[in-house]
Amino acid sequence: MQFSELWLRSFVSPDLDSDALGHLLTMAGLEVEEQDGVAAQFSKVVVAQIVEAEKHPNADKLRVCKVDAGQDELLQIVCGAPNAAAGIKIPCALVGADLAGFGIKAAKLRGVESFGMLCSAKELGISEESNGLLVLPEDAPVGTDLREYLDLNDTLFTIKLTPNRADCLSLTGIAREVAALTGKPLSLPASEPVAPAHDAVRAIVLDAPEACPRYAGRIIRGVDAKAATPDWMKQRLARSGVRSISALVDVTNYVMLELGQPLHAFDEAKLNGAIHVRFPTAGEQVLLLNGQTVTPAADTLLIADESRALALAGIMGGEESGITLETTDLFLESAFFAPDAIAGRARAYGFSSDASYRFERGVDFALAGQAIERATRLILDICGGSAGPVNEVVDAAKLPARAPIRLRAARVRRVLGIQLTADHVAEMFTRLNLQVARDGEDFVVTPPSYRFDLEIEEDLIEEIARLHGYDNIPTVAPKGPISMLPRPESRRDTMTVRRLIAGREYQEVINFAFVEEAWEKDFSGNADPVRLANPIASQMSVMRSSLIGGLVSNVVTNRKRQTNRVRVFEIGRCFAKDAAGKPVEGYHQPLRVAALAAGLAKAEQWGESNRNVDFFDVKADLEALLFPRVAEFERATHPALHPGRSARVLLDGREIGFIGELHPIWVQRYELGTAPVVFEIELEALLGTVTPAYRELSRFPAVTRDLALVVEQNVTAASLLKGLQQVAPVIVQRIELFDQYQGKGIEPNRKSLAFRVVMQETQRTLEDAEVDAAMTALTRHAEDNLGAKLRA
Amino acid sequence: MDQLDQLVAQAGVDFAAAADGAALEAAKARYLGKGGSLTELLKGLGKLDPEARKTAGAEINKAKAAIEAQLNARRDALQQAALEAQLAAEALDVTLPGRGAGIGGLHPVVRTLERVEQLFRSIGFDVAEGPEIETDFYNFTALNTPANHPARSMHDTFYLENGEGVLLRTHTSPVQIRAMQAHVEAYKDRDTMPELRVIAPGRVYRVDSDATHSPMFHQVEGLWVGESVSFADLKGVVADFLRSFFESDDLQVRFRPSFFPFTEPSAEIDVAFMSGALKGRWLEIAGCGMMHPNVLRSGGIDPERYTGFAFGMGPDRLTMLRYGVNDLRLFFEGDLRFLGQFR
Repeated sequence: MQFSELWLRSFVSPDLDSDALGHLLTMAGLEVEEQDGVAAQFSKVVVAQIVEAEKHPNADKLRVCKVDAGQDELLQIVCGAPNAAAGIKIPCALVGADLAGFGIKAAKLRGVESFGMLCSAKELGISEESNGLLVLPEDAPVGTDLREYLDLNDTLFTIKLTPNRADCLSLTGIAREVAALTGKPLSLPASEPVAPAHDAVRAIVLDAPEACPRYAGRIIRGVDAKAATPDWMKQRLARSGVRSISALVDVTNYVMLELGQPLHAFDEAKLNGAIHVRFPTAGEQVLLLNGQTVTPAADTLLIADESRALALAGIMGGEESGITLETTDLFLESAFFAPDAIAGRARAYGFSSDASYRFERGVDFALAGQAIERATRLILDICGGSAGPVNEVVDAAKLPARAPIRLRAARVRRVLGIQLTADHVAEMFTRLNLQVARDGEDFVVTPPSYRFDLEIEEDLIEEIARLHGYDNIPTVAPKGPISMLPRPESRRDTMTVRRLIAGREYQEVINFAFVEEAWEKDFSGNADPVRLANPIASQMSVMRSSLIGGLVSNVVTNRKRQTNRVRVFEIGRCFAKDAAGKPVEGYHQPLRVAALAAGLAKAEQWGESNRNVDFFDVKADLEALLFPRVAEFERATHPALHPGRSARVLLDGREIGFIGELHPIWVQRYELGTAPVVFEIELEALLGTVTPAYRELSRFPAVTRDLALVVEQNVTAASLLKGLQQVAPVIVQRIELFDQYQGKGIEPNRKSLAFRVVMQETQRTLEDAEVDAAMTALTRHAEDNLGAKLRA
Repeated sequence: MDQLDQLVAQAGVDFAAAADGAALEAAKARYLGKGGSLTELLKGLGKLDPEARKTAGAEINKAKAAIEAQLNARRDALQQAALEAQLAAEALDVTLPGRGAGIGGLHPVVRTLERVEQLFRSIGFDVAEGPEIETDFYNFTALNTPANHPARSMHDTFYLENGEGVLLRTHTSPVQIRAMQAHVEAYKDRDTMPELRVIAPGRVYRVDSDATHSPMFHQVEGLWVGESVSFADLKGVVADFLRSFFESDDLQVRFRPSFFPFTEPSAEIDVAFMSGALKGRWLEIAGCGMMHPNVLRSGGIDPERYTGFAFGMGPDRLTMLRYGVNDLRLFFEGDLRFLGQFR
């Protein structure tokens, strides 16, 4: 909402400068977004008239003017404006004037003396653009200070109103607020009823009284629709950001700005029978003032006459029934439409209007009569004509109620943390125009018709806080019972997991959770992703079920920026349809951790021969994250991954994610250069860890023996190791794989796996015989049950 | 005994001439070995009478000790030289970079979230999470948002296809409700419910995309519910947090009346820095207020017995202000040159 400070000050004028006034409004919740003078800072600029304008003897584009600036003699001023001509009245900056820091001095221009400067609107900061000198009205008094003449000592305020403060969508409303905040008296313009000059009345029928419980209408005959809008009104409209259209339209806009009541003027000649305020019948259409034809939805309230729909009530008038410059008789509407009946409707048709903006937030339901009288007075004064009686139809039972609210002093203290005296509170309510009654310690408060936001005790507490000033509420260090938060040792938090991954040279990224549908197919084989009903773009139309697509796109982005070595990770939610999903039924939305490594295994360095990152590099990273818990890896296929180089990851027998090299198809399609290796794991699996438990150390020597076994190529190291561990005698402390060999000396299609077996007892030194027996047992089991042969 | 002195002197010369251990041992043999000069002299002692033998023996042994001393000195010198040569040969260019992996880093916004979590944990706030696909009940209705509120429209909120009232949460506030419900459930058998202090960081979504708006961004929600929690406490906690977060005691913080459906009284929080590029400008940084009684009720809490405050901040904005980042979109582009600056 934009308005002029001068207009506001005509209603209430606190002893504050513009900046202090702006601060006052902001700190009361009427946030001042912009505050600008209507003109630049300048002084000694007066209304003047060009008496003579001759061509400059030495310059084609300059003119030498004789100017009457109300001084004793005419001033000679050289001017370059194309419209400088004898007779026009223009602003003249006198010698000694200051134009926003630019001083005007007597000077010689191309050899001709010049005593001052004739000004354009742009030079005075009145408008952004201008074309030549600002031409003033013919009756502008020569010699008058321009700032006074054009009311330029004014500031434009733009305030951003919160949706609960519809009562401030008018100058009256803001003035009321300023009066309440400062205690200054309020003087609003009188709106005396206009006595009817004839008795023509149009019937009004409230067919939907819940939506429109009050409608006032009046016929005004014989107006001159072509009358000029007075300058004062034009100026106030302009300074409120409203363009002047015609006197009748200007008056309705003016009253809306002044009082907050949207009005509508119909061309009386185009109406037929009674006015009905009703909901539409099927298929009904309205051609609106903005040229749009709409078929109103069933919940859109209409103004209609007996033959057709005329307008969308409280939203926009109709083209066919509206006033024109030819209109002589008009029907003026001033009504109350319930917020619920208007809210969201205009938006549904793709526009907004000043009227709908106000009605959907709440217009004073007692204001219709006062507004119609005010508008009538202005119309009669400007356009002439004669007014009939006001026909006001009210369904009082359907008007909003203003129920009394009980406020407990103790509650104020408890919620705000401040102690206020009862008299202080009562005084604040009085300043806010609230009816107050005392009931012991309590107040019983009845809000006025223009306040839609006061319904419960907290609403009043907020008013007290506002008037008291949020700044005046102390900032205290809170007191509360102190008890320690649980920190289970067997769990780590997500930040710890992040630090661990970052410690393995991965950079965290945050990718959008909505992705291209193709990613879901490519990287998850998901043909039925969670789709958005209203995506912002097609490449953000479905919710991801995996983090991999985003990480792959990070590779693409960084390769474009010449970074080919990419190591990234993300922790985020993934989304899938799942009938058993919780806590939102139908959707599974787990937090996952995914990482991707692409390019060189190590950053460019001097010390070791480099190679591209591979499966086992990334597997080591994942194992480090899970440490001290040990996961199992099983060969598995995954749509995103190379079928021979991918595994599912199991922890305590439960699948927690996958790891593998990206499938060559995707490497090629997404132009990734080398194949990235990725993993994706449930975050929850990484949050659990184990609390350490002590095992006794042995003081007796350990015995180490090696066991090299030759097996079929397709036998996995894990299966062999697991088999050995299952039969290992108790003296075997651990078995470690230390070599894998294929080639010379080993049959084709077979491989050798070498294990180191460490044996030890805590209470004694082992004897050779038991060590031999243990190795024999392991070898025999490997040969008999695991398809292995001892390597020769 | 000129001969012995000469021998000792000659041995010294020979030892000094030995360039390495082998040459030194060869020189030693010439004096102290089986057929060595000194050995020969000792052998000749037998021919002397006992008196002379005693004297000559003592002289010879003295010379032997002198030769051995020279030998040992030379040995040490050679060893020292060899060690020095070895060390010189093993010298490294210590300016070569260390081998081994580099380290990655956290996302700048996560860095902020980590600090936010640490600061709030230090005064007893726990960290909670909630789903990002939410119901309109938790996202709007339970938070006292009227049925026809514009924020509910598809212009502002992402809805799921074929999902009745299912949406992407537009703020972290639904976690307020879930946290209260869980708290009430956890303490339902007790007469007094302990205070609830929780922050809830996370991703939120709105239909909005331009230079200063991202369709996905972050929020941190915070709430404190107890038997005597007031607006003055809210001011205290938030001001303390902001000054701690920006590590600036002279940071100006102001609370300005505003409106949110879920709090009352409500405030916007503005900060102004006393130095730097943004010096003296009020910057909107968070919204907050006393929890609306309807919201407490939605969480299963009696607003007559308990009061609470809640606040919501934008960690993306906090991060931009803290590190001077001027374009929100950089956070979500995954450009390692940008992200690497926050390691």
